[in-house]
Order: sequence, then structure tokens, then C-alpha cells
Amino acid sequence: MKEFALMMIGAALVNNVILARFLGLCSFMGVTTRVDTAAGMGLATTFVITVSSMADWAVQTYLLNAYGLGFLRTVTFILVIASAVQFTEMTIKKVSPSLFQMLGIYLPLITTNCAVLGVALLLVEGRMGFLASTMFAFASSVGYSLVMIIFAGLRERLVLANVPRLFAGPPIAFIVAGMLAMAFMGFSGIATS
Amino acid sequence: MANSDYKTIVKDGLWDNNGVFSMLLGMCPCMAMTTSATNGFGMGLATAVVMAASSYLVAVFRNRITSEVRIPVYILIVASMVTMVDLGMNAWMHELYKVLGLFIPLIVSNCLPLARLEAFAAKQSPTPAFLDGLFMGLGFTIALTAIGAVREIIGSGTLFADASLLLGPSFKVIEMRLLPADMGVLMMILPPGGFIVTGLLVVCKRLMDLAAGKEIRMAGAHAL
Repeated sequence: MKEFALMMIGAALVNNVILARFLGLCSFMGVTTRVDTAAGMGLATTFVITVSSMADWAVQTYLLNAYGLGFLRTVTFILVIASAVQFTEMTIKKVSPSLFQMLGIYLPLITTNCAVLGVALLLVEGRMGFLASTMFAFASSVGYSLVMIIFAGLRERLVLANVPRLFAGPPIAFIVAGMLAMAFMGFSGIATS
Repeated sequence: MANSDYKTIVKDGLWDNNGVFSMLLGMCPCMAMTTSATNGFGMGLATAVVMAASSYLVAVFRNRITSEVRIPVYILIVASMVTMVDLGMNAWMHELYKVLGLFIPLIVSNCLPLARLEAFAAKQSPTPAFLDGLFMGLGFTIALTAIGAVREIIGSGTLFADASLLLGPSFKVIEMRLLPADMGVLMMILPPGGFIVTGLLVVCKRLMDLAAGKEIRMAGAHAL
């Protein structure tokens, strides 16, 4: 039990998907202009990462490993992820049309969010069991959502700040993200994954 | 197509519309793989190969791909190219492959190739599409090498360390040590350095564009 808890803290905070592993930076820069959109995106991505990791685990174990098709991994995984995204899109449209409207173009783009494929590939490298890999995927995506929301909060304040024209827009956002990454480095030492 | 069009493709890809510094696409490998100039260079070249090949293929099949299924088709084409590069690097450049590891398959979900396929290759004939993919990829390589070089110089005081592993023993000469070994600022190699250096280099490009009398422009999805 203690091992699981440490692994989850490690995946969510210490080896944070965005700030330590640099995955999913497009959505990190693209949809973090408002806190509520960032939270919605975090939720949708959490769902996609967890569902597609479970599916990818099954595909890897029962299809790719069983028949020695390891070289088809990238192609298969991206297909599984695309289907998971389509499924999430239909679910959100049904459950919360307002969130669906808010996420707009970024919803289908979760397919090309490298956090999803990245976590799936990390799981293959980690060779964990089904339960452990699902927990790992879930914890990673919670860490992703957390950083998305924090960064959106920072950016809402950044809009009001008087930034030099040369730095306006993305450059200052990158530098703020750098500071946030420094802050998150304070977590290293709590747990290793 | 006229020669001037090809010139624009080359200039756009390498500088004016640089994938990283202007469009801010493909940021993930751009920060994760730039702990040294050599890594950035290797990653950039792998991406350039994938982009050139997949742009060409999409342009060849552009009249057969219907718009409803185009995104899955593009992703499958990119994924096949990435798998080939992945297997090729594992076989012939194993040392570099061990360093780049996870991020080679992740070229699939790099938004830069997909963005160029959608914006350019889907509407053009194969030759310009191939060139656009190639030069966008080379522009990406330049950006990654630049970020990697800055981080490497400040972080560990070397430049192009281990280049001989990537390019062969004859490139041993470009491996340099610019600062004494204990002068490095470790923060630059660690994740925060990636963000900060990228931000500052975007500012540098804006400064150069201003000096050349051009307007600052920010294409892409990330302009505030």
C-alpha cells in the first residue's frame, strides 16, 4: 500500500508530466488562459489518459507481446488513443454541452497531446501490472490537471501585469512556467518513481 | 512552381515562420531533448526526416483522402514514418537512441508535423510539400540546436559534447569545453532552464526581427 502511495505521489508531483517530463506542453500553453477552461481540459485529459492507458496495457500484453508485434506499438497506441478521445468527446457532449462548447477545438487535439502517448509509453517501459499502471496513469494525469489549473491562475494575473512589449505573450509565459518548474523541483526527495 | 516560391518555402521554414520560435509548435521535444546541443540536433534531424517523408506522402495522396477522415489518415502516415525512424535509429545510432529514447515515438504527437500537413501538404503538389516538410524540419533542428547550445554552455560549460557518438568519430573536433567543469549552472540543464531559455530565445528572435525592420508576429495557437 505504501509503495502505491509513494508511486502515485512520485508520478503526480515529483516527476510531474508537464514540468519535469515536458509532456503536453501545447495544451499547457494553449488552453491555460482561463482557470475554468484549464480545469475542464484537465478533467477531459485525465479521463482520456486513464482510459487509454488501460486499453493500451491490454493491447500491449495480449496483442503486441503475445504475437511479437512490438514494432507496431506507436501505430497501435495512437489508434487506441484516437478512439478514446472520440469516446470522451461523445461522453462530454452528452453529459455537459457547455463544457463541450468551451473546450472546442482542443478536445479532438487531445489525440496529439503527447502527455497521453507519453504516459502510455512510460507504462510500457515500466513493465507494471494492470492495477499499478492504471494508478500511475491516473496519478500522472492528476498532476497534469493540477499544473494546468495553477498555471491558468498565474496567467489570469499575468494579463493584468505591465509586461515589456518584447516579452508580451508566450515569452513571459515560458519564463513564469520556468519559475513554476523550479517551485515543483522542491518536491523531489519526497518520493522517487 | 516558380523559383521564388521555393525560396519563400525555404525562408519561411528556416526563419520567418520557424516552427518553434514563431509558431510555438512542437514544444515538448524542444525542451525535453535540449539538455545539450547534440541531443537537440539529433532530435531535430529525426523530426525533419519524418516531416519531409510524411509531407510527401500526404501530398501524393491528397486527392484520395476525404476531409472527414483526414486527421486519422495523417496520424497513421506520421506514425508509420516515425516507426521507421525509430527502428532505424535503434539499429544504426544506438547510443543516441538511448538518450532520445521515449521522445522518438513521441514525434507522432508533435503538433508541428501535423500542423504542416494540414496547412501545407494537403493542398500542394508533392515537390513543394516535400521541401516544406524538409525545411520546416531543418528550422526545427536549428531551433533545437540553439536552445541546446545555450543550455549546454551555461549548464555544463561544454558545446557539442558527445557529437562523435551521433555523427561519427571525425566530428570529435567540434566537441568543445568553454567553461571550467565546476562553473556550470545546473539549473539550466534541469527542466526550469528549458522553459526560461526558450522564452528568452523567442525574445531574441523578436529583437532580430525588429532590427531587420519587420513586425513582431506570433502565428500559431498560442498567441495571447
